[in-house]
Amino acid sequence: MKFALFTGCVAHGATRELMVSTKLAAQALGIEFVEMKSAACCGAGVVSEKSPLLADTLNARTIALAEAQGLDLVTICSTCQGQLKKTECHINGDEEYKKKINHLLSDGGHQYDGRKSRIKHFANILASEEGMRRLKERVVRPLKGLKCAAFYGCYVLRPSELSEFDDPDNPTALEDIFTALGATPVDYPSRTKCCGFPIVMMNKKASLEMAGNALLDAVESGADCVVTGCPLCHLNLDSYQPEIDKLLKKKYAIPILHLPQLVALALGHTPKELEMDKHIVSTTKVNRILASH
Amino acid sequence: MATFRIKRYNPEKQPEPYYEDFDLDIPKGATLLDCINLIKWTKDGSLSYRMSCRSAICGSCGMKANGHALLACQRQADSLLDKDGTVTIEPLGNMKPIKDLVVDFKPFWDKVNKVQPYLQTSAEAPVGKERTQSPEQFRLIDDTSTCIMCGNCYSDCNTLEVDDNFLGPAALAKAQRFVCDSRDEKTLERVTELSKPGGIWDCTHCAECVERCPKPAQPFHRIKEIMTVALEEGVHNNNGARHALSFTRSVKASGRLNENQLPVESMGYFNIKGLLELVPVGLRMLLKGKIPPIFHKSIDDVKDVKRIYKELNQ
Ligand code: SF4
Ligand code: SF4
Ligand code: SF4
Ligand code: SF4
Ligand code: FES
Repeated sequence: MKFALFTGCVAHGATRELMVSTKLAAQALGIEFVEMKSAACCGAGVVSEKSPLLADTLNARTIALAEAQGLDLVTICSTCQGQLKKTECHINGDEEYKKKINHLLSDGGHQYDGRKSRIKHFANILASEEGMRRLKERVVRPLKGLKCAAFYGCYVLRPSELSEFDDPDNPTALEDIFTALGATPVDYPSRTKCCGFPIVMMNKKASLEMAGNALLDAVESGADCVVTGCPLCHLNLDSYQPEIDKLLKKKYAIPILHLPQLVALALGHTPKELEMDKHIVSTTKVNRILASH
Repeated sequence: MATFRIKRYNPEKQPEPYYEDFDLDIPKGATLLDCINLIKWTKDGSLSYRMSCRSAICGSCGMKANGHALLACQRQADSLLDKDGTVTIEPLGNMKPIKDLVVDFKPFWDKVNKVQPYLQTSAEAPVGKERTQSPEQFRLIDDTSTCIMCGNCYSDCNTLEVDDNFLGPAALAKAQRFVCDSRDEKTLERVTELSKPGGIWDCTHCAECVERCPKPAQPFHRIKEIMTVALEEGVHNNNGARHALSFTRSVKASGRLNENQLPVESMGYFNIKGLLELVPVGLRMLLKGKIPPIFHKSIDDVKDVKRIYKELNQ
């Protein structure tokens, strides 16, 4: 299994532990990731506010890069995944638009085809038949007793017409992965909700309340930790958790893990190697539960 | 036999809502609304809900099935059953229930009215014919004009769950109908108003409104169209606009997002209060070594990205 890895920006910035754990998880699973070093930011649905054509052109360029490598493209961020899929859907099926985009790309030596590379979130790969087989085969430390609440991140789920990730209302990819790792998935209504991150700069109170409600829901459903496939969700749920506590007068202290961290834990890596000590909310609770089983 | 678990509410009899199960054999091809009608006609005449057209046109039969808004007349009941053969029916969200599945739409309509949903122009009306548009001009508002005001988007909107002040998807979609209307002369005034708190920049991108909309109106896409017009019209003095501009500039400069610059530029360099709000989270991240590198690194071949920006005049 070999993929072109679109890292996104945040995995090189505020959530570097995501990059570290992605590499370790992939290695342990015998999956080869070739990092796309000349791909531009996906625009996070923000560049398209300024210019939809600009965002689509940049993302078409990224997809074209993977196509030229002859590899399927993998993302480690729900937002990146959503944006790249959105561009793909905008262009495929609209020949005129495709011509226009390719005209813009041609001077840089790129050509978007649209059928050569598939765009997948790391979770899609892990939840595939082959991914599951490898997970089950290589788990050395089953995450027994760890109750995990999945937090999908809206961009992989909606609009489902564009994202083609999973059933938007009843996704199971993350929970299937938890089970394969020996952990216990926790069902709770907020798992498909928005964390509020996109408006944290515009309407902080609403943003943090959204994140807080989701955390409360997870805690009340008995979760020991929340696991997300989106570093932006991670920022709101983890980095802002002290402010969320203050705003909602609560004390959640629920650890938030990146999906690859959880996977790599079960594959034998230590929390230290996965830089879980970098999180704002302490993850010792997770270590304790794992040690007690 | 299927079970319809319906949320009942009648404040005249009992202050708290409760769930009541009705068992029913679903007739072949019956919609959810057909089944609810059968329950009302054969089991409990007091069950209250709205309906009229039975063909996804009037927009009255919006309700939640298994937690998500839909038009009861547009979906086959069979397709909604869970593995135990049950479907849970509740009133639309983000609005106050009046009785059973009937909710109070007043805030919804108030917000639609607030965006001044009518053409504003000083041009004389042409005599004996309509104010016409070219097909290209019409295409920009074609999707929003399909809205049937069912409130499904409003029901499931994630921002509205935490902020009543938000205009919400349906009103904003309606606003796009006039912002992008070639005959309307109030574009700048409209986008200025819509850029204030409670407007376009409070949308959290959850796209629930797109998922739940039974028509091509699909508010989130329309909201983004208003954002683009607002930025083009130069309405930049708010965090949402500053955020979009800073983000776009950052990708131009290095091919990637500059996470250190973005929050500061979104708040605005002279917004002392806003900047101070960034300090606690910034400090926390600094102490954990989570602050992105101060010397922001570019992607390889950033030249090509700049070239694309230039060709698009961005
Ligand atoms: S989601 Fe963010 S950080 Fe991720 S690449 Fe996309 S924009 Fe850049
Ligand atoms: S949940 Fe929040 S950060 Fe995550 S994908 Fe949605 S908007 Fe993005
Ligand atoms: S995308 Fe925006 S308007 Fe639509 S439901 Fe989400 S927050 Fe509400
Ligand atoms: S935008 Fe769609 S979901 Fe919202 S009221 Fe109109 S038709 Fe209903
Ligand atoms: S009854 Fe008119 S839309 Fe369903």
